[in-house]
Amino acid sequence: MSTSSYLIRGATIGAGATTDILTHGNVITAMGSGLDAAGAVVIDAQGLVALPGLVDLHTHLREPGYEQSETVLTGTQAAAIGGFTAVFAMANTNPVADTAGVVEQVLALGEAAGYATVRPIGAVTQGLDGQRLAELGAMATSRAQVRVFSDDGKCVSDPLLMRRALEYVKSFDGVIAQHAQEPRLTENAQMNEGEVSARLGLTGWPAVAEESIIARDVLLAEHVKSRLHICHLSTAGSVEVIRWAKARGINVTAEVTPHHLLLDEERAETYDSRFKVNPPLRRREDVLALREALADGTIDIVATDHAPHPSESKECEWGAAAFGMVGLESALSVVQETMVETGLLNWDDVARVLSITPARIGSLSTHGQPLTVGAPAHITLVDPNTRQTFSRQRLAGRSLNSPFLGLELPGRVMATLHQGYATVLDGILIESDIVAAHAEAVRRG
Amino acid sequence: MRHLLSTTELSREAAIELLDISEDMAAVADRENKKLPALRGKTVVNLFFEDSTRTRISFEAAAKRLSADVINFSAKGSSVSKGESLKDTAQTLSAMGADAVVIRHGASGAPAVLAASGWIDAGIINAGDGTHEHPTQALLDAFTMRRRIHGAGSRGKGLDGVSVTIVGDIVHSRVARSNVWLLKTLGAHVRLVAPATLLPVAVDSWPVTIDYDLDHALAESTPDVIMMLRIQQERMNDAFFPNPREYANVWGLSTARWAKLPATSLVMHPGPMNRGLEISSAAADSPQSTVLEQVANGVSVRMATLYTVLTSTREVSA
Ligand SMILES: [Zn+2]
Repeated sequence: MSTSSYLIRGATIGAGATTDILTHGNVITAMGSGLDAAGAVVIDAQGLVALPGLVDLHTHLREPGYEQSETVLTGTQAAAIGGFTAVFAMANTNPVADTAGVVEQVLALGEAAGYATVRPIGAVTQGLDGQRLAELGAMATSRAQVRVFSDDGKCVSDPLLMRRALEYVKSFDGVIAQHAQEPRLTENAQMNEGEVSARLGLTGWPAVAEESIIARDVLLAEHVKSRLHICHLSTAGSVEVIRWAKARGINVTAEVTPHHLLLDEERAETYDSRFKVNPPLRRREDVLALREALADGTIDIVATDHAPHPSESKECEWGAAAFGMVGLESALSVVQETMVETGLLNWDDVARVLSITPARIGSLSTHGQPLTVGAPAHITLVDPNTRQTFSRQRLAGRSLNSPFLGLELPGRVMATLHQGYATVLDGILIESDIVAAHAEAVRRG
Repeated sequence: MRHLLSTTELSREAAIELLDISEDMAAVADRENKKLPALRGKTVVNLFFEDSTRTRISFEAAAKRLSADVINFSAKGSSVSKGESLKDTAQTLSAMGADAVVIRHGASGAPAVLAASGWIDAGIINAGDGTHEHPTQALLDAFTMRRRIHGAGSRGKGLDGVSVTIVGDIVHSRVARSNVWLLKTLGAHVRLVAPATLLPVAVDSWPVTIDYDLDHALAESTPDVIMMLRIQQERMNDAFFPNPREYANVWGLSTARWAKLPATSLVMHPGPMNRGLEISSAAADSPQSTVLEQVANGVSVRMATLYTVLTSTREVSA
């Protein structure tokens, strides 16, 4: 397969100037106006915004073990259609990603599929059981070069174990990504604890169960001088704790999901389990506080927590339904709706919170670089001027459990280039054998 | 009324109309021939995912008095508990031609999911869902209060100005929720009395007065109605209260507390009772107690509910 070359004509770089972008292989070779198209595929990008390929620090790809929900291939297809060129795959697979063998397997599946760079996240504890440390060092030195460790889905609730994990990963500049949920305070929890849960008779998931763990962990991170990342911040109180910790100089970063930026607990009113997620949708005040915190930098990044489930896990009573929502395909549209349309962020900020900073937190140096000559050719082109009802046709993964179906949302990813070859063109996914062949050509150099 | 899922859905007019139809049904029960042909040819399914012989029998008697065909589908111990989903069960019942499904389920919202699902076209009647609601229980409680207070002149009346004190495990009680909304709609003043552990954290948003102390509540105002809720002793294992003795001492309707109430104060309990825990035998068996009337009135109210749901014109689904 010959090396790909693309000439992107007339794209707007983030919030800035309009320019052509020429790529050759996995490198941006020229920028400016009137570039020579010889030998390049031309993409008309008039009116489109160019962003460095998006990076998701929090994706559940489900493989190995839960292939009826998603595979590395289908999950990275969903990523590509959403404009992502790299995803960090959570460890709660079966078997759990708690050994070098499993993380290398996930890495290899991602390389073969080719739709996005897959960086496995390693489990903090063996089998996510919260008892003994997993082989953190072996995973770090494996071919997968794991730097992010998380028991996501479960909280590392034992304070001593959390302290040790924070200390242990310092030797390879790792980071612990905490799913902050005090387990005793959330037994059988179904939704945010408050006025709505009281009326619906659903067991509450109180904000304090998140905030108390975050407060504990920022203090632990300060004490052992390590690096902490907080997954899916969901409450106004958590924002206050992070703000305090950052003011104190504690090395903590935080993420918010698109669904927590848009949706609130009122969605549970009809017991429609598409809106059942962990941590739960919170009050409108929390939603607004999260937006403000993302705008002022208290929250560093947006991460999807893409959590596919088969239909039978959602077509049932609320209490029996699985927690989680798919989010890769809709993330950029939701961020545009909640942050750009509201004037809280511009497109440069979007590049920062959805690409540059998540790559930095995950120590993924090949991604998250501003679009300049010499930078890798991971490029996302979005049409910000369209506004459409988000429909099943927009979903590219294996599962349909999106809470955004039927909502009108702005923006659409028109093209995604991953390491110099297209995974999406004209808003349509490129076929898997073509993408795989390109990926193999890149691997062979 | 296409379904009955929650008492929040009932307007004052709709609630009073249901209570008035219940009066008509009660009049039938006093006749020699207790049967009406109103629902002949209709099929009512009692779909019980939780054991509740009392409620099931009440609905069964109500349906039969209206000449409906009744299918009892006890999901407990059947294929349902072995993994068959609510969806599969609903589609099975739909294929059987159920016109109304009376559902008791351990999960809050299961009747609402069924009603919105499109899996089945039948009218759905909530016979108790998790810790959410039990609307026919609230209707029969309101019916019982109205009859005791207004007697033969009940028709057309609400419960305006009636003070109702509900005592016990509010947070886990579907009976309490349904009663709070319905009593408010009918104009009653509701006071909830419980330890704070057994009240929802957001209870201050409810249209009620709260008290943590029963003696204080009774001293502050004498209720027209005191309703004692069943307390599950296992709750002490989750630290909701220290032990049954302390609970009975502080929140039980003991003989001494009952004796201080005027003879006009009604004593209610949705049953089954824990005698000696939340209610003393003296109170439960007193003339003020409506416990047995509640059982009898339950059939009338459920007849009215089935009749209303099964004869409502189906809206064309949008
Ligand atoms: Zn999580």
